[in-house]
Amino acid sequence: MIRHDILIVGNGLAGLAAALSADPKLSTAVISKVHPLRSHSVAAQGGVNAPLGNSPAGRDDSPERHAYDTVKGGDFLADQDAAELMCREAVPTIIELEHLGVPFSRFPGGVIAQRPFGGAGFPRTCYAADRTGQVMLHTLFEQALKRNVKLYNEFMVTKLVLKNGRCCGVVAYAYDRGEFVPIRARAVVFAVGGYGRLYLRTTNAYTTLGSGIGLAFQAGLPLKDMEFIQFHPTSLYGKNILISEAARGEGGYLVNCRGKRFMADYAPQAMELAPRDIVARAIQTEIDRGRGFEGEYVHLDLTHLGRDKILKRLPAIREICIKFAGLDPVETPIPIQPAQHYSMGGIDVGNDCATGVPGVFAAGECSCVSVHGANRLGGNSLLETVVFGKIAGRSASLYARGAGAGPAGAEKALQDGLRKVEKQVEGWEKRTEGVPIHHLLQRMKVLMTAKAGVFRDRKNLREAVDGVLQMRRDYGRVIRTGRNRRYSQEIVNIFEFEHSLELAEAITRGALHREETRGSHFRTDFPKRDDKKWLKHTLAYLRNGKVELGSKKVRFTKYKPEERKY
Amino acid sequence: MKYTFRVLRFDPTRDRDPRFQDYVYEPRGKTTVLEALMDIRNEQDYDLSFRYSCREGVCGSCGLVINGRFDLGCRTMLDTLDSDTVVLEPLPNLEVKKDLVVDMAPFWKALQEVEPFLFPADEAPEREHRVEDRQMEKIDQFVSCILCACCYGACPVVARDGSYLGPAALAKLNRFVRDPRDRRPFRSWAKVDTEGGVWGCDTVFRCNEACPREVRPADGIQALRRAMTWNKIKRMFKRER
Repeated sequence: MIRHDILIVGNGLAGLAAALSADPKLSTAVISKVHPLRSHSVAAQGGVNAPLGNSPAGRDDSPERHAYDTVKGGDFLADQDAAELMCREAVPTIIELEHLGVPFSRFPGGVIAQRPFGGAGFPRTCYAADRTGQVMLHTLFEQALKRNVKLYNEFMVTKLVLKNGRCCGVVAYAYDRGEFVPIRARAVVFAVGGYGRLYLRTTNAYTTLGSGIGLAFQAGLPLKDMEFIQFHPTSLYGKNILISEAARGEGGYLVNCRGKRFMADYAPQAMELAPRDIVARAIQTEIDRGRGFEGEYVHLDLTHLGRDKILKRLPAIREICIKFAGLDPVETPIPIQPAQHYSMGGIDVGNDCATGVPGVFAAGECSCVSVHGANRLGGNSLLETVVFGKIAGRSASLYARGAGAGPAGAEKALQDGLRKVEKQVEGWEKRTEGVPIHHLLQRMKVLMTAKAGVFRDRKNLREAVDGVLQMRRDYGRVIRTGRNRRYSQEIVNIFEFEHSLELAEAITRGALHREETRGSHFRTDFPKRDDKKWLKHTLAYLRNGKVELGSKKVRFTKYKPEERKY
Repeated sequence: MKYTFRVLRFDPTRDRDPRFQDYVYEPRGKTTVLEALMDIRNEQDYDLSFRYSCREGVCGSCGLVINGRFDLGCRTMLDTLDSDTVVLEPLPNLEVKKDLVVDMAPFWKALQEVEPFLFPADEAPEREHRVEDRQMEKIDQFVSCILCACCYGACPVVARDGSYLGPAALAKLNRFVRDPRDRRPFRSWAKVDTEGGVWGCDTVFRCNEACPREVRPADGIQALRRAMTWNKIKRMFKRER
């Protein structure tokens, strides 16, 4: 049996940061559905926040101001000590990344350039043109090559195996061999990203179905704040490819069909640079009230920025527009609409990235510390991946060094897990009639988009919960039509769907339960924030196959809840 | 409009020879090659294998040969092809693992050989390195490489000599050699002063044509050659003194 001290699931920024900070004396491996450079971190564009104060307008910036913006941007649901921790680590983290080779863009004088981003009091977002995620991911991958980090690429974890409440390891599907393999690990770190593909319109890669979060939930780990889903204001109409917030940071306008910069009606001070939840709702409202184009989108106008600025600061955005929409933003406004972008919620962890299960850790988008609260600020997710990825690597090392032999009977538990997984697949294959997986997936996407989107209410959320429960029943009829188990995306898709069932229920139940409006969670039937009743995290547990909800206190330090005005 | 997709199928663990399989496909709206492949897989043949992830041309998963041309499946619109037959083949110069999925191991091995990471100075500065944008702009072109291996598949030298490092790895080496922050000693990268390294290139620029990101890897190889020669001359004079 393959054995490691630490197994990191997911090889995006959080996973690689965890691997690089793990104790080199321990045996560490990273397992993922894709090669590291294919992870969704690569698609991050606009930048990463740190109060370097490099911009003349940012001289007074500080970790405290960064933390305040983060907490306020999150509508006061973030755990304030966690947000402070992240913001304290921001400057050293960016400097470290720069020293490792990240080619950040520069200001005259040679210091790292910083641009304004939504909800931030100062220009705080460091960037490498508009491909910041790409250069950060490539740099961490280069470091992983340098250190010979063991990678299992094109392996999908299909089960987390626990015994007596402790971590034994995982069962994984090996694409190349077309087989399932048990992997023993004293510590497992989840760094599996989000679940955008549960929605029809998402900026996320095809691979992000929340399978990793789902299988952790199935194994008994609680999820936190799942009702908080970020819809990015500006995705390219049609393909929903991300058009970075940097486009507005550099001065882009949002314009409706009457030619009006409509943000004046929603956030007169911050205008286009209000936090994402506010801008996304403003755009959706304009569209819903008939002030969009073709009833589907509004314009993101960059034409006044000039060719030089667009070519230098937003070259990838321009290329995306030319390639996927057949228009050049130098000359033509970009048609954009909101799309699912990010999950604020995730596997419940503390500031040390530890879950409630000894030996299981989580970091990055799949986790919920919580630093983002009810709405994440642009530029904070890349920061979170590296800061908390590193913490997770160190916490897992500390645990693995002290964990001893692990739970008795771990290997047997893994073998049992393997047999269960194999039986499952045989079940799909034996069925002679049933529903193909892409039908089920499509139904899930339609349901989540229609019933648990930007604007929510009790009736729709009730239907969402019922719909998800129906999907759980229908999954029992899933059929596998392929006959070759090597490189079978069908096997991957069925597992992804299966893992996302209870996850989708946690999202929709959480949203139905929370009768207030906070950050990204907007209830048209409860349009006000209600701190008396709801200034608390939602926890979702899976008990005997049923999703149950609880709550958890928000940790405060010095930032008092106030009304969010921008 | 209906398209015929002629896709290379091969499972070396089962089949003796590769074969082409035809699928008839009718797109709904503006469709990319990758979207078409996913529809075909879902609706017609769930055993069809190919790689994908970001669908926006930045992750480098879906490099393919599309009607004889190298490109990413995700950024190739069907309506830009001049034909209603779409022939899809895996990247050449790499063994087929299954259908359009190739074994990337030799590509990653070549990359690792050039030590594609920053060699830091002995003492790190307290803050960031002070480097001007115009210095960084020199490496911009090579930084945008997504390591999709289209150039590796297109390279005629790789085709006849498997030990040649190939365009992407050499271009990446050039990215670091030109990085004002990099302190790698000449002796460390002089190991590509060989036929398997910078001198292997035929300068027929197939890599530049194949690149979906306008990296122009051959520019990098040429630049490395110049730097190599310049460094050797410098050393010669040093020795004489």
